[in-house]
Amino acid sequence: MAEIPKKRPETLGGYVVHGIPFPKETDPDSLAFLKRMAPLQIEQEYKITYLHSYGQDSPWFAAASNKRLLANRDSKTGYTYATPRGHDMYSGEETEWIDISTRKASVHAFTVCHFGSEEFLPETPFVLILVEYEDVDTLFMARLVGVDPLAASLDWIGMEIEPRFLRNSKLKPTDVYFIPRAAEA
Amino acid sequence: MRPVYVVSGGVSKFAKARPDKTFQAIVKEAYDYSIQDIGLDFPTFNSLVDGSVASYFSDHFSRQLMSGIMAQDYLGLCPKPSHRVEGGGATGGLCFQEAWKAIASGHMELCVAYGFETMSRVETWKGNEFIALASDVSWDYPVGGFYSGYYAMMVTRHMKEFGTTVEQMATVSVKNHTNAYYNPYAQKRHRYSIEDVRNSPMVAWPLTRLDICVMSDGAAVTLFASEDGLRRLEAAGAKVRRPLVRVTGIGRGTDAMRMADRPHVDYETFIRDYATEQEKDSDETRAYYKVLWDRGTRYPGVHSFRAGRTAGNMAYKHAGIDDPLNELDFIELHDAYTSSEIQTYEDLGLCRYGEGGAFATSGKAFMPNVEYDLDLEHAPLCPVNPSGGLIACGHPVGATGLMQGVFAMWQLQGSIGIHFKDDTLQVEGAKRGAIHSHAGTGTYVTVSILEQEA
Repeated sequence: MAEIPKKRPETLGGYVVHGIPFPKETDPDSLAFLKRMAPLQIEQEYKITYLHSYGQDSPWFAAASNKRLLANRDSKTGYTYATPRGHDMYSGEETEWIDISTRKASVHAFTVCHFGSEEFLPETPFVLILVEYEDVDTLFMARLVGVDPLAASLDWIGMEIEPRFLRNSKLKPTDVYFIPRAAEA
Repeated sequence: MRPVYVVSGGVSKFAKARPDKTFQAIVKEAYDYSIQDIGLDFPTFNSLVDGSVASYFSDHFSRQLMSGIMAQDYLGLCPKPSHRVEGGGATGGLCFQEAWKAIASGHMELCVAYGFETMSRVETWKGNEFIALASDVSWDYPVGGFYSGYYAMMVTRHMKEFGTTVEQMATVSVKNHTNAYYNPYAQKRHRYSIEDVRNSPMVAWPLTRLDICVMSDGAAVTLFASEDGLRRLEAAGAKVRRPLVRVTGIGRGTDAMRMADRPHVDYETFIRDYATEQEKDSDETRAYYKVLWDRGTRYPGVHSFRAGRTAGNMAYKHAGIDDPLNELDFIELHDAYTSSEIQTYEDLGLCRYGEGGAFATSGKAFMPNVEYDLDLEHAPLCPVNPSGGLIACGHPVGATGLMQGVFAMWQLQGSIGIHFKDDTLQVEGAKRGAIHSHAGTGTYVTVSILEQEA
């Protein structure tokens, strides 16, 4: 059962106040009294829109919007990155793209976020996972749906999962999410 | 490298919000305390000091760029040299080591390390968003950027591989909160039980609110000196506390920002590159690790902090420490999460990888003179977070690593009773301690060793 709140949420915003209490005279006693004044706090809004570039990782997003999952691989060693990386961390060589859309995937680690950053609070509770792919050396962070977030269990680790793609791509890593393999009809 | 001493320090009381002062004035509280503690006045000390290092994490929290120079200015330190360091949660630990370098290299004789953060200027969940921007904004942040979630994922893997339990994590919370009950600088001074920790609101499964540190406003200052610097201070009338405290070892490590990218190395590589000297020398420990690897463990994966192990090994080598559990009298470590304290026991070689949970409940990391209302098997051996750590003291990011430095120095001076107005948290006979500072999911980690001068 959800916890019953015991206090009202605090929010910013409110009335605009004109006229701040201040001594009528600036005699020494009144000026000394200012040391006992409570601080004034004002709201300052700050908004910015970035033109963020995915740079060398861009093909991954183009692929996801076309329902394909890409990874990067060092062509000589075969070391494979589930999360794109333009250059291999061991050889320093440029990596190549490979398609891992049909590789077996499982949950390597997970959590259920009951709270979150402001941007994601409306989505709580949600399940975050690190995805482990067969024959891939690194992991991939994603959302898992199709499990009950209120029934978290370590048994989820190792669970076989498979990707699903948003029909309307947002060009974000969340264009792909995962569901339990067993949940497929 | 020349000998480097920490001679004084100050900490503002950490609080959820300090709207009464700007960040510069909060830094000055800690600065004034550190000057008064050696019996000097402000103009005299400022005429002696050579320069400073500034430590703060996020420009977002105060919507102010170049806050460092504003603190430098407010402290009256212009035009002396200074620079800002930043490395996430490890910012304070990095600052401590940069000030050490200024002295060790001969660049300065007296150097001030000051750190601060005013996190209350935004609402809690916006603050969490800012902190989460210290994860890859192309790949990690958009999936649900939330640091508590990242650490929770790491510990579910630790639990799965090693059998670590939520009760073991809760024990860390009980220990650190109970210690802080005797620390007047701590933000949270409450006694909790394991049930309290588990019954507090779930934040990111399995971490509850009492498994996680809080955001804070606060500042801390540490004063560093060479031998010449000490003489300069004392010639001016300073009364530097004895025994002197020297920084005898520093170490740092790093790891990939995206924890998904971290390697999963084989047994041979682990033993060669990451095992402590103690682990390498023990047939039994190598056999223990072989069994883990045969069962599927790989290192560091997401269950362990390779940067922490690297920093610890480096600092121990520098300070000549072979057996940290028995050669360190206490550790102030970065317990942003109860889980990360357990993981750090292992990184720092207090126990083997996989044994952190059992170590947490063993009693070895507890204080001898504090009643925890827990059934502990072993007597205290190396108290961890005698101050209460980040979980109870708070975590004003840029100040935190320096706060650890101040508390460690006071332990080694034997002056905890003077500063805390209570002797309970003084580690009796403390000769050597370590401080450990850690940034986002183990990206930057610093370990510094402090010792009483013989």
